[in-house]
Amino acid sequence: MNIFDRLMTLDRRWVFLFVALVCVITYAIPFTIKLNKSPEVKAVYNFIDTLKPNDVIFVAVDYDPSSLAELHPMFYAIVEQAFRKHLKVIFSALSQNGPAMVDQVIKAVADSVKQDGTYNGVFYKGRQIEDGVDYTFLGYKPYPALIILAMGQDFRIPFPTDYYGKPLDSLPMMRNIRNYDQVKCVVELSSGSSSDMWITYGQSRYNFPLALGLTGVMSADYYPYLNSGQVFGIMGGLLGAAQYEALADNPGEALDGMRIQVYAHLVIIIFIIMGNIGFILARRKARKG
Amino acid sequence: MKRQVPLMLVFTLALVMIVQYFVPNDFSLDTNEFLLKWIIIIGIFAMALGIWSLIRVSYEKIRRRVPGWQYPIATLLGLAAMIVFGFDYGRHFYTQEGLENYMFIHLFQYIIIPIQATMFSLLAFYIASAAYRAFRARSVLATVLLLAALIVMLRFNPYLGTFGVYLEKTTSWLLNVPNLAAKRAIIIGLGLGAVATALKVMLGIERAYLGRD
Amino acid sequence: MPMGTFLWTTLGAFLTLCIFSFLYRDNPLYKFAEHLMVGVSAGYFVILLWHNGLVPNLFSFLSDGHFYFLWLDAKSWWYIFPAVLGVMMWTRFSRKWAWISRWPIAIYIGIGTGITIPLVMRTSINLQLYASIRKAIDWGNFFGSGYLDSTAGYSQALIFVGVIAALFYFFFSKEHTGLFNGVAKFGIGILMIGFGASFGYTVMGRISLFVQRIQAIGNWTATSWHATSSYLIIWILIIGIFVVLSIYEFIQYMNRRGAAQSGS
Repeated sequence: MNIFDRLMTLDRRWVFLFVALVCVITYAIPFTIKLNKSPEVKAVYNFIDTLKPNDVIFVAVDYDPSSLAELHPMFYAIVEQAFRKHLKVIFSALSQNGPAMVDQVIKAVADSVKQDGTYNGVFYKGRQIEDGVDYTFLGYKPYPALIILAMGQDFRIPFPTDYYGKPLDSLPMMRNIRNYDQVKCVVELSSGSSSDMWITYGQSRYNFPLALGLTGVMSADYYPYLNSGQVFGIMGGLLGAAQYEALADNPGEALDGMRIQVYAHLVIIIFIIMGNIGFILARRKARKG
Repeated sequence: MKRQVPLMLVFTLALVMIVQYFVPNDFSLDTNEFLLKWIIIIGIFAMALGIWSLIRVSYEKIRRRVPGWQYPIATLLGLAAMIVFGFDYGRHFYTQEGLENYMFIHLFQYIIIPIQATMFSLLAFYIASAAYRAFRARSVLATVLLLAALIVMLRFNPYLGTFGVYLEKTTSWLLNVPNLAAKRAIIIGLGLGAVATALKVMLGIERAYLGRD
Repeated sequence: MPMGTFLWTTLGAFLTLCIFSFLYRDNPLYKFAEHLMVGVSAGYFVILLWHNGLVPNLFSFLSDGHFYFLWLDAKSWWYIFPAVLGVMMWTRFSRKWAWISRWPIAIYIGIGTGITIPLVMRTSINLQLYASIRKAIDWGNFFGSGYLDSTAGYSQALIFVGVIAALFYFFFSKEHTGLFNGVAKFGIGILMIGFGASFGYTVMGRISLFVQRIQAIGNWTATSWHATSSYLIIWILIIGIFVVLSIYEFIQYMNRRGAAQSGS
């Protein structure tokens, strides 16, 4: 039995322990890494950055806590950028465990915007973010495809009131907003099929600019829509989030997490190589014998 | 009555929605609004079926004292607690104060969020273990898959210097050209399948949704 | 830090460790946390459907402003019809009356298929084919900027050929032989690169989830224990896992002893 045979029969819990230790130790050691910014992430950043004050963007938050690791950092970076630039934001949460989480992170970003801050060399004075004036949180309804379609006609069809029960017409910022026509772009943060629905039943029907923030698992699947012009930007997984944080000069959990990713990926690559060397040796032995 | 009416409903409504798409005048927009408002309400009632089913299954497990019957008690207690707090102890049935109840928010934040997030993070370990045991270059095609994966995984490694720059460029090309072609073929295939199935349902050829008599 | 916040965050950290204990072995702590989460999230969903669904979309139209369910007084009394249709869904559990639920399901499916046909046709088929064909031949920019330029003509031509070849692979109505087989082989090669790219991204996705949990526990140690260094998280993790496993092994030991005693 050579070392590779022995490694192949190792209890997988040792593998788990090794991965956990690598990640935890990398987390504990402070260092930073530099990331290149891919064009599909830059497209999203530049679009939002060139909007004028009082323009409205729609942020669709369609993920559960199970994917917050990858999508929360995008949310924080984009929404903080929007609030700093005096954009108005409409939120919806079409994932069934999402709304309370969205409510909580909107308030967290609003708290952060209260402080003065300098991003990319520009100084922004802290300001109070008000519900109904600077943002509207529409809340949840089941069946995303129908809701996305209905919102294209009028936000009031699926959402007569916002998440907190206030009629949409009573909110100052919503008075002149009926549907996607008054919205500059939709940013969809998604961990499931809702991004397909935003493309099919939203963008395809009503032709608004759509950007996607996706989990790593889904990212590679949406490049065809980028090429066909149905989507103008994609932020893929933690890397996309980290690139956005870097572009917005607002480092957070994604940039911090990418440090760990570098080493965790190396571990996985070494595992794959070791597994394959063992496999080739075993095959050679079998042929000889 | 039992079969014909549903089949007619499906055909008529599907036709109405298709015509509505191609003829967006005021009448068609009003019809659209009316149908969508109704369907959202019906959908909410349908969701309740899932909750009822969960309660029934949990209750049955406890009643029959199946092995591990103690755990569904936690399920039912969690469910009951959220309902009590969500209605603000019964003080607010028709206003949304319950959604801001202290206990309601905290149970969400400190039970649902950590458990769901952690449960999915276990997959990190299983993918590591799978990388170790399962991803073998058994054939040319498997080798192509592995190489593409390795390039995508290594692309953001900051310690590769000039090689890293090439890797980054190669990844971008892989994602935007061969990967795009593969995924586009899948999207087109799925799209054709979805449209064909929808047509079959509309025309009453596919009737699985009716269940059995 | 207020005591309340400390207790809540500690509960979160404890439940995180309960779930992680599954990596060692399935155990009661994991099962408890899992079942608790199912219940709490179902309860959350009930409240969400009520406050964000039934109240604004149905009850508010049926109310006369003071008292609910007095729908005959309400201006939009006809909203009672979708409610009745919704209740008809619930006959699904009865064997005798289940056929009633077919009506609302039919309405649902009718509307669903009606919106699917034109929009999926446009999104997934027309626009995708158009995008592939539009740029398929671009002699003016054929070599682009040279090495692996995805906007260059040769890349766009490869996309076109790749899409066709991969579609050939999915076409099973003709036997895969001769030229057809060659094209289909090329198609599967393209598909494999696509799956490889997805796999590379998936690894990153899965690890991000674990990384976030490390950060969450790190934040908990930093805020709860005033830890100036995040090294503390290593100790907390190790001690936490050790405590959880010891409790588990102890329970197992007591059970075995109990079984041995009752057996003898």
